[in-house]
Amino acid sequence: MMGMDISKNTFEAMKTLVEQGKRFDGRALTEYRAVEISYDVSKAAEGSARVRMGKTEVIAGVKLTLDKPYPDSPEKGNLLVSGDLLPLASPRYEVGPPKFDAIELPRLVDRVIRESHVIELDKLVVKAGEKVWTVIIDVYPLNDDGNLVDAAVLAAIAALKQAKMPGVTEAGFPDYKHRTKQAVPLAKELVPLSVTLFKLGNALFIDPTREEAEAAEVKCNFGLTKQGKKHMIHSAQKTGAKPFTQKELETAAILIGEKYDELYDKLKKVL
Amino acid sequence: MASFKRSDGRKVNELRPMTAKVGVVPNADGSALFAFGDTIAIAAVYGPRLLHPQHMQDPKQATLRVNYDLLSFSVYDRKKPGPSRRSQEISKMTEYALSPVLDLKEFPSTVIDVQIYILQADAGTRTAGINAASMALAHAGLPMKNLVCSVAIGKQDTTVVADLTKEEEDFHEGEGATDFPLAKIANSDQFTLVQLDGNIATELVAEVLEMANETCAEVYEVQKKALKAGATQ
Repeated sequence: MMGMDISKNTFEAMKTLVEQGKRFDGRALTEYRAVEISYDVSKAAEGSARVRMGKTEVIAGVKLTLDKPYPDSPEKGNLLVSGDLLPLASPRYEVGPPKFDAIELPRLVDRVIRESHVIELDKLVVKAGEKVWTVIIDVYPLNDDGNLVDAAVLAAIAALKQAKMPGVTEAGFPDYKHRTKQAVPLAKELVPLSVTLFKLGNALFIDPTREEAEAAEVKCNFGLTKQGKKHMIHSAQKTGAKPFTQKELETAAILIGEKYDELYDKLKKVL
Repeated sequence: MASFKRSDGRKVNELRPMTAKVGVVPNADGSALFAFGDTIAIAAVYGPRLLHPQHMQDPKQATLRVNYDLLSFSVYDRKKPGPSRRSQEISKMTEYALSPVLDLKEFPSTVIDVQIYILQADAGTRTAGINAASMALAHAGLPMKNLVCSVAIGKQDTTVVADLTKEEEDFHEGEGATDFPLAKIANSDQFTLVQLDGNIATELVAEVLEMANETCAEVYEVQKKALKAGATQ
């Protein structure tokens, strides 16, 4: 999709297969690989987590700094999501200015976290208009075997849930070595997750391997939460030149709710 | 639903007054202006022309290269000139929105440059930009399967509405505001742009898509009329 690294034969064989509802690794089209979350990637971070989805591995770390608020939100803390596709994680990545997929990854993670309002930014004010906490989330893939955005959102949420506020020195600076026991203020009932649908031929599927992601002609990422009985979409982005039909988007709206529930049920014990 | 009052008094499915014109940049191979109310976009097309440097050429097809940006004084807080991550993302999404209607294989090794600038921004800049660019491509005489029409559908609390203003995007009551920009190939079921920011129940997606069909048909008529008027000049 972003730059074909697979042969035409592999592409054709995969297209024939997914259109029959099958995949190279034997999974169903809407079946996840094994998902695993672990914590404490770095004790220097206020919170950090590692997510594995099959062979894909993404880490996320949360740091807090004291800054001035933005002029349009003097009574709110700030949120900043960044990250990079490190050349360590794939032969496809290179050092240098970020290509589009490196720009897109943190932006998609940012949007679902920001728009779901899971971080209670109004509780991160030290002095209104002057000093507020900035929550900085960095996401880095360690091994890219597809479905990076879904894994990155999961890692970011896990790291946020675990993060503890730094102390503050007498001079008013953050004290990272003496962290408090106070959690970063989160709307506890909200668990934003990402579900990305990939399309190849007339088939829709989730959680692709790198090879499947390369073969896919277009994808659409959705960031959502469950609120009561409803699934709320907070962010979406179609990436790729092939259109989605109206019917496919209507199907997607139902499918992402089902996949959200499945992923959440799998992970609620460790999140 | 009928009880919801929009801040500017429009009906839920009512677009702002649209303005469309082609030939606004005489130097370009094709150009157009498209406005939704106070949001004004101009687009210019240059090419197909040989792509330099040579190693960037695709011998199989033309490269569609879109550059979208806000002019510095198009927004109240001056925008620093030059590309941002936001503008790079919108440029890419606009390429994806437009390329399905173009016959890129007709012009191997070339580039089709589409420059989109926003003169005045009051929300819906990417959708106005796509509408202008689609017209500019047609005005340039490029072979196209159809026009692309784009509208931002959105939501105010629980009511689905079309073509939000900036004031509506900043609505905070109830479920707040949702911005759901869409583009589609005219008179088809093919959606070429899907983006969303906000808070909307999955069960409302079908209603949003229906409103996009209905309002994109209006955009299409305005685009067609302007192209016909341009052709007779």
